[in-house]
Amino acid sequence: MIGLVDYGAGNLNSVRRAFETLGFKNRLITSEEQMDNSLDKLVVPGVGAFGYAVRELKRRGLWPAIKKWLKENRPFLGICLGLQLLFEGSEESPEEPGLGLFRGKCRKLPSVKVPHIGWNEIELSQSDSLFEGIKNCEYFYFVHSYAVLDKSDNDKVLALTSYCGNFISAIKQGNIYGVQFHPEKSGPAGLKLLLNWSVKC
Amino acid sequence: MLATRIIPCLDVDEGGVFKGIRFKNLVPAGDPVGLAQRYYEEGADELTFLDIGASWKSRKTLIEIVEKVSRVIFIPLCAGGGVKSLSDIKELLRAGADKVSICTAALENPSLLREASLAFGSQSVVLSIDAGRAGQGWHAFMKGGRIDSGLEVVDWARKGIELGAGEILLNSIDRDGTKEGYDLELLRTISDKVSVPVIASGGAGHLEDIYQAINTGQADAVLLASLLHFGQLTIPEIKNYLKSKGVKVR
Repeated sequence: MIGLVDYGAGNLNSVRRAFETLGFKNRLITSEEQMDNSLDKLVVPGVGAFGYAVRELKRRGLWPAIKKWLKENRPFLGICLGLQLLFEGSEESPEEPGLGLFRGKCRKLPSVKVPHIGWNEIELSQSDSLFEGIKNCEYFYFVHSYAVLDKSDNDKVLALTSYCGNFISAIKQGNIYGVQFHPEKSGPAGLKLLLNWSVKC
Repeated sequence: MLATRIIPCLDVDEGGVFKGIRFKNLVPAGDPVGLAQRYYEEGADELTFLDIGASWKSRKTLIEIVEKVSRVIFIPLCAGGGVKSLSDIKELLRAGADKVSICTAALENPSLLREASLAFGSQSVVLSIDAGRAGQGWHAFMKGGRIDSGLEVVDWARKGIELGAGEILLNSIDRDGTKEGYDLELLRTISDKVSVPVIASGGAGHLEDIYQAINTGQADAVLLASLLHFGQLTIPEIKNYLKSKGVKVR
């Protein structure tokens, strides 16, 4: 059973529909009590502001539950804002620290055109079962204004993407993954990645 | 580097897909869910659905289509046409749209852009501008191109972005459905002056037109309707052509 963390922001439905299409059972997690032992995997999807997400997760009692989940190295996938939350914080909301699993902070993309909207390539830094059957430099769909440009945790980076410099588009530590793009909106390659994560990661 | 997006646009009116010539003479062009599926398989980068009926019935149809399409197609979906309020936007996002385009309502009530971007994020707010020639420049028009708002397009685009629009869908009224090519001057003028992606719409008749919109007009994406619906061009043909011209496509 895959738990999809619902903190009132973002388009959770598309993530849910993608897992349904792939045939994986899932349910929405809106409170701490729902994060019980019936869950095998956890997804934190996201579109929205960093600070808002942190506050909402805390208000729902989900913040410490997620921290515990990460500490136990249970299977986790952070999508977009879900990846950003795994870092120390974000320039977007300096008052709210992140989960701090990875070193580094999210910064505003240093480009003329922000948000970074559209299909961009991901350059794989190391092989991983998450990308099995997906070619290097495959296109994925991105929608974000902030990203992690700092590569303090370089050995954990799985993929980089170039948009006025490189930012981290996929990262991993143990069973915990984060992707900056939206696999649920990235066509067949995105579905393949979700399938890989569900079965192999 | 970002790939230039090819976006099929499906005009929806009570169950079918239509494409008007200069916003008039509507002709049926097929089943929307079937068409959407075909474009997805051919490599569309995104899909746009526009409710051109602007009645409760056509809105209901639009919502049903978005709902169905979002269960089988996993690329970004944009919906619009007659969107007036936050609750309209919410309804479309809930049905499965990732973004909503707003045209007339934004001109009548610009604060809707701010409210929508605060509630759902800028990435879900597309400011759709129907631009028509007015003297030396272009004005933003309302109500399907019938009423001149009197606002200069550049000023309106900038204001819209300041209020929270995350993308500009720039439609040339003068070129819509004519196949005479995009209004490149209009496109270039706006692309040069705004900081968000610009989607070119209205006037594509040939492969070269699409290339020019990207190369000369500096568009980040192109919206296509009749050219695709009537089978004159296919998405792979367009992408292969653009690739041969050195344009980055997926």
